[in-house]
Formats: sequence, structure tokens, C-alpha cells
Amino acid sequence: MNTGNFIKITYREAIKQGIREALQKDENIFLMGEDVGHYGGAFAVSKGLLQEFGSERIMDVPLSESGFVGAGIGAALSGMRPIVEIMTVNFSLLAMDQIANNAATLLHMSGGQFNVPLVIRMGCGIGRQLAAQHSHSWEPLFAHIAGLKVLAAGTHEDARGMLLTALDDPDPVIIFEYTFLLNKEAEIPTTAGAVDITKAKVLRQGTDISIISYGACIHKALDAAKELATAGINAEVIDLRILRPIDDSTILTSVKKTNKVLLVEDAWASLNVSSEISARIMENAFYELDLPVQRLSGVEVPIPYPKHLEDAALPQTSDIINQVKKMLQYG
Amino acid sequence: MIVMDQETEIQILTASDRDRGLQLLYQMKLIRRFEEKSAELYSKEKIRGFLHLYVGEEAVAVGVIQNLTADDNLLSTYREHGHALARGINPGSIMAEMYGKVQGCSRGRGGSMHLFDAATKFYGGNAIVAGHLAMAVGMALASKKQKKNNITCCFFGEGAAAEGEFHEAMNLAALWSVPVLFVCENNLYAMGTAIRYSHSVVEIEKKGPAYGIETEAVDGMNVLSVQKAAKLAIEKVRTAGKPFLLVCNTYRFRAHSMFDAELYRDKSEVEEWKKKDPISQLQNLMSNQDIISLKDIDEINEKIESEVLKAVEFAEKGTWEPVEDLKKFVYSEARI
Repeated sequence: MNTGNFIKITYREAIKQGIREALQKDENIFLMGEDVGHYGGAFAVSKGLLQEFGSERIMDVPLSESGFVGAGIGAALSGMRPIVEIMTVNFSLLAMDQIANNAATLLHMSGGQFNVPLVIRMGCGIGRQLAAQHSHSWEPLFAHIAGLKVLAAGTHEDARGMLLTALDDPDPVIIFEYTFLLNKEAEIPTTAGAVDITKAKVLRQGTDISIISYGACIHKALDAAKELATAGINAEVIDLRILRPIDDSTILTSVKKTNKVLLVEDAWASLNVSSEISARIMENAFYELDLPVQRLSGVEVPIPYPKHLEDAALPQTSDIINQVKKMLQYG
Repeated sequence: MIVMDQETEIQILTASDRDRGLQLLYQMKLIRRFEEKSAELYSKEKIRGFLHLYVGEEAVAVGVIQNLTADDNLLSTYREHGHALARGINPGSIMAEMYGKVQGCSRGRGGSMHLFDAATKFYGGNAIVAGHLAMAVGMALASKKQKKNNITCCFFGEGAAAEGEFHEAMNLAALWSVPVLFVCENNLYAMGTAIRYSHSVVEIEKKGPAYGIETEAVDGMNVLSVQKAAKLAIEKVRTAGKPFLLVCNTYRFRAHSMFDAELYRDKSEVEEWKKKDPISQLQNLMSNQDIISLKDIDEINEKIESEVLKAVEFAEKGTWEPVEDLKKFVYSEARI
């Protein structure tokens, strides 16, 4: 539905539009991944692309995560621009050696001779009752690795545009896409295209507290902020977007404005992205804080299957609201 | 005791083969001398970290790489000094790399295990066993997609053939039908574990056909046999655009690395294999057929001695990368 300068699309459609646009503009770009072709993508993201672009550009691959990620690195070293799709982040650990030991190291280790212009997309996220082996939030693992750029597409615009910018980048870029959002609709500008991949983004301006998050979790933060507004609390919501290298300035600017910070993410608390953001705030804006930085993270358990337990294992909108009220000594 | 029982074809050399023979001999001797020197420099703590020597296996690198074109890609393992020298990377820049000097072929950042050189399309120096096999498949895939005539040549040891990555890479290479030559250097030991303790089927050449990959095993101690087999294999890879697995049965005369006390094999086994020394074999063959004189051999040895000394001198004179550059090339400086 086209409403003037905006168009309403699903998150799934946004990803697909990004891939299509990329394939149309550069013949060296090709998509490879498990079930991306004949099946149409495990989440129907690439449905129809095989018919449109042919099997040279849309390559089904065997269940060989390490093999096809490694092949993507090789192809990238030899002048191609592969988009490698790992069906879900849960399987990405099988390719971790290729990502951490090859993609991330080659440029530095070769003294600047060999860059790896590879984009890896992977579906991720919790909240679909898929139990412990299909519900990991592995963003912190990847964000830990020097040499990678790590992006989390929490919004429709990013789902559409991050890929395009990543494909122009000379270095390996990991893009996390959130399966929980696939059917969610949102309006994006009809002119939406490549987006910046260096800065965090203030999604909602506020003055009382900074709620900082990334990925699908930002929607819980936004819902919480909306609810808090009815109670007269004006929360600022920041989408980190880029988990490596982290954009300090957007965070610190917000801290200086609100003097209070709540960090929210699904990943386990120990050594997660919030741990890093918290440390940076301590190092650079300690005296700006009215009270200690607080975190809401995933409970440190393998994610269980039943909905009530899964919900209890993750920060929920109500948890964010309660935590903010507690921090502001509200009511 | 494990001694490969293989019939080696007696090669008849003619006078016209003299130049080829001299070249092969020169390259193998250069690798041998360069590495002996490296071991010496390691003892003097000029070279640090890991140092894996190729002594005994020279016929494989020299025999195979001879047949590649400048446009072909080459990937190797952490035991890659021989491949780098055979590929024509300047010995000085290799030695400087082992010293960790900025004049090294990887700016001194990789050391012995990570030689890289864009000019000769030498993609490492890869030290996670079998981690580079899939990259080789991807490079060959790129050649196919770009309709280029170059091939990708990928060296690895028999230890790598026990990794899951080997299975994935073989399957992908055959499935996609891409021009990659896999060269398995079977030196019988994955570090200190004998092949009989790591493979249920010790004949590596039996593994290729399971993927539909044409495979051949060759006496890796005989440079002429390797060269002949590699030439045919490379022609096939280039013309058919399909993978090929060449298994070179060879032996490492020295320890796995400088930290290895070699408790896992008998000295007598090593001595037995030394009788098949690829350098002596070629030299004796040429002498017996009167196409090389003692004077020629002396000249080669002298030339190599001066080449190696020159490399050491270059490394000694090299400089350290400034600490300010530590973070350079974590990411590319300019967008492409």
C-alpha cells in the first residue's frame, strides 16, 4: 500500500527488496545459502529470486556451513561479491572457524594485501518456541571479533538497506536479521535504499532516561517508552544497529542528555553487548550518570520450549517499564 | 615401520632435459638450504614462534608448482616455505617475514606460518588445518563464474583429510564442478599421529573417487614423477574445469616443528626414507646419465649459498613495523 512517500511492507519483503536491488545492480553479486533457491528461502525471503535471476546467481548449497562460508571467502578474494546466507545464527557456529580465522584475519595478517568483501546474512532471534538449539542470541560472539563489521537490522529500513551498504564495503560484514519480525509490517520511504552502517540511531527522543538496545528487542523498548510516556516519563530509545565497531558518540551524547541508562538485550548477561556498552559509559561518561547503568538481559539458561518459560527467560516490555520506574523512583 | 611401497618409474633424461633438471634441482636445493638456515636462525632466536620445516618433501612443491601459470591461485599450509620459494616469492622477503620485519611478504605480521603474496597470487600460509580448502573451492568458483582460464591449486597434508572441512570442500568442488587441484602431501604424520591412528582408510587416493573426483597417487619423493603427474592433472583441471586430487606420498625428514622431540617414530624409519631423498635421487639420476657434472653441482650449491645469505642479510637489515601501525589493516583503509 503506497501512502504518499511511504510504503507499508513486511520485514520479509524489506530484506527481499534489498537482495533484489543488489542483484540487479552488480553481476558479481550472487546469493548462496541453504534452501535459498528451489525452496524459496527457509523464511520465504528469497522466494521467486531463482526464477528471476537463475541458478548462477541464486545458489542452493548443501548443508556445509563451514564449506560454503569458506567458499564465499574464496570467491570474495577472487573478485566476486557473494551474499552468503546462513539459515539461522544457530548453525553459524559450524562456520565460526571460517569467519573468525579466515574472513576476519586475512587482511591484517597478509599485511593489507587481501581484503575479504564478503557479506554474511543470518536469521536470528528468540521468541518462537524453538527451544535451546534454535534460539541463541550469538550477536556478542561475533561482535567480539576484530576484523568483522557486525550489524543488527532491527528496523525495516535497515533490513532493506544494510545489505546494500555492506556490499559496498571492502571488508567482511555480518548482518543479523530477526525472524521474529518477518511478518511485521511497517512504513518505509518509497525512496528507501542503502543506509549508513557506522552510526547508532536515536529512534525516539527523550530526556529522562536512555534505553539502549538492538535487534528485535528495540520494539519492546519502543513499546515500553510509549507506555512510560503515559506515565509522564520521557524515555529516549537508541538502536545500536552496529555492534562492531560500536558508535560511542551517539551513546555518550544521549547519556549526557538523560544521565540515566538502561541497556536491554536478549543475549545472556555475562559478557554480552550491554556489558561492553556499560564499560564504555563508565570509562567516558561516569560523572554524567545520576545512578549506575542498569541492564536487562536474557536469563542465563538454555532457552526452554514452553512459552511461559521462554517468555520468562527474556526481558519483556513490562520488565523494561518496571525497571525504568524503579530507576526513576517513580510512584 | 611405514615405508611407502611404490614403483617409481625410471625416468630417462636426455641432454635436452638438462635445463629442466637443473632448474628442478636448483629449486629443491634452494628450499633445503633456505630451511636449514632457518633452523639455524631459529636456534639463534632470530626466528621465533612456530617453524615447520619441509625438508624431505621438496619434490612435491617443486614438481607441482612448475606447471602453474602466473595467473593461477595457490593456497598452502603452515609448512609452506617450499611452496613460497617454488612459486617465486623473493627469498629475502620470505626470510624477512620469518624475522617479523616489515619488509617481509606479509609485513612481518604472519611469520613462518602466514606467507602471503599478492604478486604471485599466493594466498597463505594457512594454519588452521583444512581451513583453506573451502576457500580454494570458492576461488575456483569465482574463476568459473568470471569465465577465467586460471585454476586454483591447494596444498594440504593427510591430516587435513581427516577434518570435516575436507569432506565439505571435496563435495562442493565436485558438485559445482570447479577448476581446483587439490594436492595432498601425505607425509604419514599429522604432527605426531601416524596415519594409521587417524584414518580408517589410509590410502588417501581412495577418498577422491567417493566424491566423483578424479584422483591419482604419485611417489612424492621423485620430482620427475610429481611433475609429470601434476602436469597432466593441471591440464585436466584447466580444460575440463573440474577438480582433481593428486596424492603425493612423501616424508618429512625433520621434526614437526622446532618443539618436537620426535618420540612417535623410529630413527630407523627416518633413515630408511632418507634413502629416497628427492634431491639425491634427481642429482644421482642426472649424474648417472651424464647430463650434470660435479662442476654444475658446485655452481648450483654456490649460487644457492649466496642467495640464502643474501636473504638473511636482507632480513637482518630489515626494520620493524612501527607500533603506531599496529591497527592498520584491521579494516581496509579506503573503500573499494
